[in-house]
Amino acid sequence: MRVIKAQDIKDAVKKMFISLNCNIGDDITNALNNALKIEQSATAKSVIEQLLENNRIAKKEQIAICQDTGMAVLFVEYGDKVVVDGDFSDAINQGVKEAYDEGFLRKSVVCDPVFDRKNTSDNTPAVVHTKIVSGDVIRITAGCKGFGSENMSKIKMLSPSAGVEGVKDFVLEVVRQAGPNPCPPIVVGVGIGGTFEQSAQLAKKATFRSIDDSNADERYKKLEEELLLKINEMGIGPAGLGGKTTALSVNIEYAPTHIASIPVAVNICCHACRHQSIEI
Amino acid sequence: MVKKLSLPLTKEDIKTLKAGDSVTLTGELYTARDAAHKRFYDMVQNGEKLPFDVKNQTIYYVGPAPAKKGYAVGPAGPTSSYRMDKFTPMLLNMGLSAMIGKGKRNDDVIEAIKENGAVYFAAIGGAAALISKSIVKDEPVCFEDLGTEAVHKYTVVDFPCIVAIDSYGNDVYKR
Ligand code: SF4
Repeated sequence: MRVIKAQDIKDAVKKMFISLNCNIGDDITNALNNALKIEQSATAKSVIEQLLENNRIAKKEQIAICQDTGMAVLFVEYGDKVVVDGDFSDAINQGVKEAYDEGFLRKSVVCDPVFDRKNTSDNTPAVVHTKIVSGDVIRITAGCKGFGSENMSKIKMLSPSAGVEGVKDFVLEVVRQAGPNPCPPIVVGVGIGGTFEQSAQLAKKATFRSIDDSNADERYKKLEEELLLKINEMGIGPAGLGGKTTALSVNIEYAPTHIASIPVAVNICCHACRHQSIEI
Repeated sequence: MVKKLSLPLTKEDIKTLKAGDSVTLTGELYTARDAAHKRFYDMVQNGEKLPFDVKNQTIYYVGPAPAKKGYAVGPAGPTSSYRMDKFTPMLLNMGLSAMIGKGKRNDDVIEAIKENGAVYFAAIGGAAALISKSIVKDEPVCFEDLGTEAVHKYTVVDFPCIVAIDSYGNDVYKR
């Protein structure tokens, strides 16, 4: 067994959240630069230029890219030959708390959704999805999820007879309804299959995948490309003010499902698609 | 061409604005988002006076990130406006003249904008670090217990936005 100190996990989580809130990934920067070449209207060009400039300022001054520094979401792959010396869950939440305190990040979490809605004041608890895998390392992919785009996300349980056309229709309908609200250009995370909650988790995971990567299965890769084309034909455009770049990418993840269903979850992420990964 | 406007806006200024125009705003405005709007609404229902007079004022839907040392404000981009729709016609009827946010508004809001000769601006969502450069002063006004949702008065200089819904009810998102 390999022993990992809880302190090391806390430190890694803290560092990641400060960094990912201030430094956008190269995949997004490259896609925005490409969008700049494709867009023709002065407004669309100007929006993209301002987003690029915004991200440059954030990086240079190490301030948050967006004021909505989101809820902290972590996908953890926990090696079965690892023992954490201390409390794993506390370490993650402590890392989030310190990052949001010391990194000048907004605290956006309320303690209960309906009644008090009192701010927890430290942006915890984090949302943690843990999977036990074989090996002696812990892999963490972390992201901060803003709710302008989270609120535009939807899930639907389709009949198997709806087929791929049903999946396409639903994804396009969700993006069309979201319109300007989720800060386009967006990254569309689609989770297909599994159970109700698994499809939602896959959709979130899809938004945490580099937009330079495609699904390994050729058929799903084609579906990603087709949906991206169709979405960009909608004309919603940067900031919803019209243009050719409504989405930067469609990322699909899938899982086996039941004979009676095709669960489809669409998790929309804004252009501030902030995530990083680490192996401890 | 970018139109340079001073806050508070005059009724004449507002009449010249057309959906899609790029403008910059200079002057003072108030911040308020979900929780503050709910309080405004409850206060008016209870016959109480609002903490500041909204007449002719501009409200910016924002919940900023904390400011680093040496900064007037932290990153401060717009939040989605539709969540304020329920409370907006009331404020417009009380004389509020402009709002800054992002995204669509419902028909009730568009109607109230027309009736009151008001205007709705969109700032670029997710350009928070850039936008914060045009906010030069930040004073707390009320509801400090709401943290990032507290009401503040900002002094802005050349704050960039786009006319999203003009006083004639034209909507840039419906084009
Ligand atoms: S949707 Fe994204 S870019 Fe827009 S305000 Fe929210 S976190 Fe920021």
